[in-house]
Amino acid sequence: MEAVKERPVLIIEPTRGWVSLRLKELWEYHELLYFLIWRDIKVRYKQTVLGAAWAIIQPFMTMIVFSLFFGKLAKVPSDNIPYPIFSYAALVPWTFFANGLSLSTNSLVSSAHLIKKIYFPRLAIPIATVLSGVVDFLLAFAVLIVMIFFYGLVPTLNVVWLPLFLLLALTTCLGVSLWLTSLNVQYRDVRYIVPFIVQFWMFATPIAYPSSLLDEPWRTFYGVNPMVGVVEGFRWALLGTDTAPGPVIMVSAIASVLILIGGLYYFRRMEKTFADLV
Amino acid sequence: MVAIKIEGLSKQYRLGRKQKSYRTLRDSAVDAFTRSFQAIRSIGKRTNGGEQIPSIWALRDISAEIREGEVVGLIGRNGAGKSTLLKILSRITDPTEGHAEICGRIGSLLEVGTGFHPELTGRENVFLNGAILGMAKKEIERKFDEIVAFAEVERFVDTPVKHYSSGMYLRLAFAVAAHLEPEILLVDEVLAVGDASFQQKCLGKMGEVAETGRTVLFVSHNMGAVTGLCNRAIWIDNGSVMADGPVDDVTQQYLRSFSSGSFSHVNEAFEFQVTSVVIRDGRGEPSFQFSPGDDLVVEVGFRADKPIKDPYIWIIVDSVRGPCFAANTLLDGSAPQMLEGEGRFVCRFKSIPLLPQSYTIRMGISALGGKPLMKQQEVASFSVVGDLSEYGFKGEYQTRAARSVPVMIPYEWVLSDGSVVSMDLRFKQGMVS
Repeated sequence: MEAVKERPVLIIEPTRGWVSLRLKELWEYHELLYFLIWRDIKVRYKQTVLGAAWAIIQPFMTMIVFSLFFGKLAKVPSDNIPYPIFSYAALVPWTFFANGLSLSTNSLVSSAHLIKKIYFPRLAIPIATVLSGVVDFLLAFAVLIVMIFFYGLVPTLNVVWLPLFLLLALTTCLGVSLWLTSLNVQYRDVRYIVPFIVQFWMFATPIAYPSSLLDEPWRTFYGVNPMVGVVEGFRWALLGTDTAPGPVIMVSAIASVLILIGGLYYFRRMEKTFADLV
Repeated sequence: MVAIKIEGLSKQYRLGRKQKSYRTLRDSAVDAFTRSFQAIRSIGKRTNGGEQIPSIWALRDISAEIREGEVVGLIGRNGAGKSTLLKILSRITDPTEGHAEICGRIGSLLEVGTGFHPELTGRENVFLNGAILGMAKKEIERKFDEIVAFAEVERFVDTPVKHYSSGMYLRLAFAVAAHLEPEILLVDEVLAVGDASFQQKCLGKMGEVAETGRTVLFVSHNMGAVTGLCNRAIWIDNGSVMADGPVDDVTQQYLRSFSSGSFSHVNEAFEFQVTSVVIRDGRGEPSFQFSPGDDLVVEVGFRADKPIKDPYIWIIVDSVRGPCFAANTLLDGSAPQMLEGEGRFVCRFKSIPLLPQSYTIRMGISALGGKPLMKQQEVASFSVVGDLSEYGFKGEYQTRAARSVPVMIPYEWVLSDGSVVSMDLRFKQGMVS
């Protein structure tokens, strides 16, 4: 921003209908984005006894419950991988997605004091919330690495693709969040719906069970839920399962990008009403 | 060169948004049931097709041009639309109609401490708040020591701000904002908070900013601050520009509107109303200009439908630098014992010991037990004009009385040779016998 020396001219007038995304402006505010992420990370576990351990406890406890009920009692197949690590490898990206979704849905409303008092690209708020979850993800991921060695598994070279799957989880989470958080400004019901969405979505994603239960072409079609691509991608890259062939991931990636683009435009369209409604 | 050009700016709000600022899906479901098509449209558009939604215009057809380097005060009553205008110019909310052009890097300060997080330390909040206000990280790093020194919180810079006193919190918050260096600065009533010394500090800093040739648009209820800082004022009432011009003219017009009967402060709970506030000179003529040593008469008209016993009334005369003197019935224990029906009471300040400067009058009335009948507010302003040399002042800087401490009581110097020189604002030299 400081590089601009000749007077920038700013035009203020009513905006109507669909507007451009102004991603360039968002980039000009990247330092603010950085500070918002940093604040979210700093504040997240303040005044908690266990602090950042929550990032691990949450998926880890779920894994134990799943292993007991689905793995031991219900004998759900797990692609010939020990059930605990089979489910945990899926729970790590899933927890990132689910927490990101819950927090960012409320992000605009809980930033009302900012939105009403100062201008900046509003996109920075949900983006910062989602990105700040990456730290929790990394902590839970470290435990996953330990578990992989504990179970004597050797990751294949496919590991290099892992960042892409994280990116896929990120775009999906952000895309859905953008829809929900803008809707939440206008309809506060949304925040009550989100826990259900997360719950249903979890069972609609092969976390407790493998997608290999489905036959082709249904398994590929299953990728319409982008989290299918993420979860099976994680297992494929880390545990060497063969349930993440290209087609599923392609379908998931396309679905995710469509949700994100739609979310971005919807968010920008509603943005002008935020300060008046929030 | 024009810094801000405003053309026909209007803003419409849906009425009732105070009570209910958002819709529930249930509302929409009901809508959908009755007018399925329109309700579905409303998810995207927020306004239902043909339905008449009661709405108000917070701003109506505002036009103004502010030139580079001008310091403009935006005055008007609460709810007149001043803050809405600042919000539109700061891009926080969209105008409904109209157009504005802003030339230059803009910084807006609608509140001090926006985005301060109680759990973060002073240091962390400076960076966060700075970034929110649009400062680059490098810029904040460079100014960090200066900011902390200005706020006088050096020792607590690594303490979470939730442990700060409210004064420290405000000082730090203002310090960050004060070090913002935009070409155009929009400031809302940030000086309304904090104690007198804090306000003093803010005003001083604002004055410095104004002197560096930056364009400032400044909303305030403190007429003293406006006349002290600005060279031009815009008076907004009911969303429209009432007057725009030299600061003294506009503030006088604005304050005159109080006493011309349109001023009314109603307290429904007590069925009490202040109907007018008029200031008069010693001869009883309405006046806005006084000489040092004149009498100042504040006449307050009221209507009390229910009798009010032992009201507590206070009237304060403020200069740009802060309060000068006051009349306070809690101290003197006199004044009206009963306010009943329609009437007026008068407070006469005798021989005001004030130097030629601008002043404002604040007053408030409370019922027995402290319930406010009239919240303390600015009710009038006046200026003291005069040539100090007529009072025997002959110092080199006597023409700069506007920058001096405003209250001057009679005093005398007893010199080493035994001679006495007395100074007294009450008597013009020619009149002393």
